[in-house]
Order: sequence, then structure tokens, then C-alpha cells
Amino acid sequence: MIEYILGHINYWFIIAVMMVGLYTLISRTNLIKKLAGLAIFQTAVILFYVSLGKVTGGTVPIVDEAYTLYSNPLPQVLMLTAIVVGVATTALGFALVIRIKEAYNTIEEDAIFTLDQKDHE
Amino acid sequence: MMINDLILRVVTKWLSPIIILFALYVQFHGDYSPGGGFQAGVIFSTAILLYALTYGLDAALKVIPETALRVAASFGVLLYGGVGVVSMLLGGNFLNYSVLADTPLAGQHIGIIVIELGVGITVAAVMILLFFTFSRRVDPE
Amino acid sequence: MSLMLNLVLLVFLLVMAIAVLKTKHLFAMAMLFGLYSLLVAGLFVVLDAPDVAFTEAAVGTGISTVLMLVTLASIKDGHEAVSTTQRKIGPLIICLVMGGLLIFGTHDIAKLGEIHSPPNDQVAAHYITQGQAETGVPNLVTAVLASYRGFDTLGEVTVVLTAGIGVLLLLGQRRKIHVKKRGQAHDDQ
Repeated sequence: MIEYILGHINYWFIIAVMMVGLYTLISRTNLIKKLAGLAIFQTAVILFYVSLGKVTGGTVPIVDEAYTLYSNPLPQVLMLTAIVVGVATTALGFALVIRIKEAYNTIEEDAIFTLDQKDHE
Repeated sequence: MMINDLILRVVTKWLSPIIILFALYVQFHGDYSPGGGFQAGVIFSTAILLYALTYGLDAALKVIPETALRVAASFGVLLYGGVGVVSMLLGGNFLNYSVLADTPLAGQHIGIIVIELGVGITVAAVMILLFFTFSRRVDPE
Repeated sequence: MSLMLNLVLLVFLLVMAIAVLKTKHLFAMAMLFGLYSLLVAGLFVVLDAPDVAFTEAAVGTGISTVLMLVTLASIKDGHEAVSTTQRKIGPLIICLVMGGLLIFGTHDIAKLGEIHSPPNDQVAAHYITQGQAETGVPNLVTAVLASYRGFDTLGEVTVVLTAGIGVLLLLGQRRKIHVKKRGQAHDDQ
């Protein structure tokens, strides 16, 4: 039982961070805070995948004569791609926020919604 | 722009070439130590960002004009795709590096170094371009 | 020992994430976000992934935080407005349910550091044993990224270029274009 908890508590903490990021994304109305929540969520998912590849007693996956046991390189490669795609998404999101501010003069989602409703009447 | 701060000016002048040198080291030593194209590109862009923050956007634009950045960004992806097409022309599949040289091992080496260079160039150019485009929207005080 | 280090860093990470959620001052949030990225980079080093740590530290703490600060400087809106309370119960329930389902799903995952788990047994074993012989590169992450999975990396570089093009299209005009409330757009002088 203790061994089960000690072996899985990493994943539970990472899921908690993921859920905090998701909660920031869907409950706050400020657009920049939503983007920060999205970035936290993405980084927590990446952390989860990389921790799947860890091998106890292993070392960094760079081949050397002195070591025999290596950690799994495959999740690290896939998550490298994911990090760069995440920053591309975040950069585009910030560009959209700047344009929204110039068009509506606010970055609160409720205010933008009311302005849009008034426009469509 | 913080050109009136003496410490920032001197430290930036000394640190920028060291950061660029470190970026080149990470780029080309990525085969033997942690590193590679992405990290090197971002570190290179950090050097230019530091220069732009200290000396102002106009001084940074004199160092690297914006047309050069747009050309460099596309050139990196072109280099990457070019390696794939060259390996197709030489008889192998797309992005099969073993046909690029006499022995498969030498071909893999050449292929990996060239595509990492392409990745590094594109990532550096795009990050610097992002920063310049964003900071043009900031009203001068 | 490394489990203790892992846990300490993860607790700090959770505290940082809650701080980003709770703070109302957006510049402080940008700084906390940079600190969060740095902690994640530290966790990657503990988890034997220096390449990923390098990228996360450079990209998360460097580029993302700088872009957030430049956006805030361009918007000049440094405080978050106090949000209404109606929105908080629904999202909380959604997050709790989803977190519960995910924790229930981790029951089948092997414990942290298991040598013979499904991710470590299949293709990755081939990469570790044959990687240097087939590609001539000791760094297995570079070998897999550039040679075995080179096509994915081509897609990734294209995504970076597309993000650059997108930002240039959105923000590339020298003059600011303001859209009037009634739907007429005109250029500023």
C-alpha cells in the first residue's frame, strides 16, 4: 500500500497541477490569465509524459561506456516537439489579445460578449 | 530602452558575444551532449533580445534588419526540406540520410548536422521576429 | 532520495500554479509564470531529461515570459478585474471530476521508475541498443529527433514558421487599425 502510494504520488501531484491550470483556463474571464492557465496545463501534461520514461538507477540517455541503464529517450523527444508547439500557440494567442484590446478596448471576456451583443442588435 | 544605465550597457556589450558563442556551441555539440537546434536557436535569440532591451529597438534593427529575419526563417525550413529532396534525388526515400555520402554512417552525420542547422536558423529568426513585431505595438512613453 | 527531491519540487510547483490562479496583478502573474517554468525545468533535470529541461528553461522562462510582459506593456492593463462569482461552481465541479477520472486512470500505470513498463519495452529498447550504431550519434535524443523521427521534426519547424507568419499577419502593420463600435474599420493617421 505504501509502495503503491509512493510510486504513484508523482502522477497525482502532476494531475493536481493540471487541474489548477484547467480551472484557471475556464473560470477566469481575463484573456491573459486564460492564456497563462493554458500554458500551465500544457506544461503539466508534458511533465506527465516525461515522468513516464524515467527509469530508477538509469541515467541521461547519452550513450557512454561507463553506464548500462538509460532512461527512455522516446517521451523526451516527443515532448521537445510539444514544448515548441506550445510556445507557438502561446505567441499567437498573445498577438490575438493585442488585436482584441485594440478593437474592443477591453480584455475581459464578459465585456467583450456584451459589446458583441450590442453590435448585433 | 535603458541606455542610460551604465552597468546594463557594459554588461550587455560583454555578454552578447558570449551568449552567441554558447548558442553556436550548443548547436554543433548537440550530437555529444544535451543540445541541438531548438535550444541553440532560442539562446541565440536571447542574445539579440538582450541587446534590443538595453539599446532600443532601432539599434537592434540596425544589427539585424527585418528582411534578413524573414529570409532566414524561410531558409531554415527550405534547408530541412532540401535535405529530404536531395536524398530522394540520390535514390533513397524522403529524409533517408544514408544515401547522402559514401558510407551510411557518414551520411547520417551529414544529414543530422544540416537539418539541425536548418532548425536552429528558423527558430532563432522566428523568435527574434516575434519579439520585434510585438514590441512595435508598445507605445513609446 | 530523488523521490524526496521530486516531491519537494512538485509541492512548490502546485503552490506556484495556485499563486498564478489567485493573483490579481497581471505583472506579478507574469513573474510567477516564469518561476513556474523554471521549476518545471528543474523537475526535468531530476527526471533524467536535460534536453527537455534546456528547451523548457529557454522557451518557457525566456520567450513565453518576455512575450507576456510585452503584451502587458502594450495593453497597459495591469490589473485583472474581479470576476463574478457565478462562474466558479461549474468549472470547479468539472475540474474535480476530471481530476478524479485521471487519478483513477493512473491505477494501471506502472510505478515511477519501473524498468519494464510498456513505454520502456517496445521501440525505445531498440533505440537505446542500436541508436549509436545506426546513426553514429551518442546523444540518443538527437538521434531519435533528427534521424528516426525526422519527419515529425520537419512538421515542428513548419509549425514554428507558421506561428511567425501568423504573428506577422496579425501585428505586422506599422499603424494601428482601430475597429469602430458600429463595424467600420479605418486606419489611424
